[in-house]
Amino acid sequence: MRIFDPHIHMTSRTTDDYEAMHAAGVRAVVEPAFWLGQPRTGVDSFIDYFDALLGWERFRAAQFGIAHHCTIALNPKEANDPRCTPVLDLLPRYLAKDGVVAVGEVGFDSMTEAEETAFTRQLELAGEHGLPAMVHTPHRDKLAGTHRTLELVAAVGLPAGHVLVDHLNEVTVDVVDDAGAWMGFSIYPDTKMDPHRMVAILERRGLDRVLVNSAADWGRSDPLTTRQTGDAMLAAGFSDDDVDRVLWRNPVEFYGQSGRLLLETPQVKATDTFEGSSVLRGERAS
Amino acid sequence: MTTLDEQTEQRLVAAETAVRSDPTRVRSLFPAAGRDIGRTRTAPGAAPGEVRLEDVVRVRLLATLGEALAEDPDTLAREVADLYRFGDAAERRAVLLGLATLVDAGRGERAALLVHDALRTNDVRLVAAALGPAGAALLDADAFRQAVLKCLFVGVPLDLVAGLDQRADAPLRTMVASYADERRAAGRAVPDDALTLLDPAGPDAPTQES
Repeated sequence: MRIFDPHIHMTSRTTDDYEAMHAAGVRAVVEPAFWLGQPRTGVDSFIDYFDALLGWERFRAAQFGIAHHCTIALNPKEANDPRCTPVLDLLPRYLAKDGVVAVGEVGFDSMTEAEETAFTRQLELAGEHGLPAMVHTPHRDKLAGTHRTLELVAAVGLPAGHVLVDHLNEVTVDVVDDAGAWMGFSIYPDTKMDPHRMVAILERRGLDRVLVNSAADWGRSDPLTTRQTGDAMLAAGFSDDDVDRVLWRNPVEFYGQSGRLLLETPQVKATDTFEGSSVLRGERAS
Repeated sequence: MTTLDEQTEQRLVAAETAVRSDPTRVRSLFPAAGRDIGRTRTAPGAAPGEVRLEDVVRVRLLATLGEALAEDPDTLAREVADLYRFGDAAERRAVLLGLATLVDAGRGERAALLVHDALRTNDVRLVAAALGPAGAALLDADAFRQAVLKCLFVGVPLDLVAGLDQRADAPLRTMVASYADERRAAGRAVPDDALTLLDPAGPDAPTQES
């Protein structure tokens, strides 16, 4: 089973996770830019974070045979802090870089005016840079947030096929489906979706435009829920090809619209370095 | 020297034209240059001196930026420093290789900040690019000696250090001799470049004392 996790925050995960993911079949990931739990208080923190997503984390993933991509954006939560919003002016520099496969995570957290302004501007940036948009839907008032998301996408004029609306569930899936956008499902140990509910949605509406992700981050989450979902699909009677479509070909098709996927399996040695630093500790083998 | 094929040259000329008409376009064209204009197809190796197609393309874009902003050296210095600040390792390397653009703008002290930043990393391709002709000239004697020692540590061949023959002095040889002693004490090999620096004529040549 080959797996492309289209949404995972690897900067928060350990090398043990990378090893377990590779053993489970994960060969490619997309790491969306998001908030870090501890709020940022200025633009420089975003820049260092973006640099880490494009540099150190891509290198780290490659050490474990996993191709790492990222999406770049000002996230909805921090769009409310006027100390952070000037990062919007710097995004074009980062949206031009290799391995940046979408603008994201954008969207709503508390449905404020500041969030809507940042969201709209970033949907425009996606159009200007020929990139898809990756949209987070809120934990609270999710259905209203999803409706408003689709209205903004239509107003900006971004084709629905270039938009992934993420963290969906049984209540929000149909409006996104009807709009023609891609549907993302985050499979969590306790909240959001679980593998069996995911399988039920696939049985009901089919495999088109569906992405399954672990959204693993610094909270209680599990980077192997993509694999668990694949196993649950097989147990429910889906074929190997069905699983490959959901867990590999669908994310390749969506993010491939950027023209910037880097899917050759990284050929690396454990002693390789990124800017001179390795993931080993202590003396380098030489 | 890496040469550009006709199509790459055409794409580069189009990008240069865009930079001339609006110099801020370099902010997107420079990072995207490898993908949109041209790059060496093989993955970047660890060879510090390898000149890649994307290096050549980006240095040309920098030179064009220098021409476009020749009348406004402050803006030029800021744009170049920002390309470095917001650049990934490949972009930073190209800024260092093209530093003459910034030095000519009469803002050597800003260029020196970039060179010092690169020398704080352990990335051999950045360290090597920082010690090219434009970068090495910005280092005072102390910083130059430390940079040479760093090259020995991280494995940058000393033939990539501009001006070493003229600037290798007694204090540098003392530092390198001490480094060689430490390597021997630890039972490790001393890099050939260190031995050559300590004894330029080679082990078979008569010493000055004899």
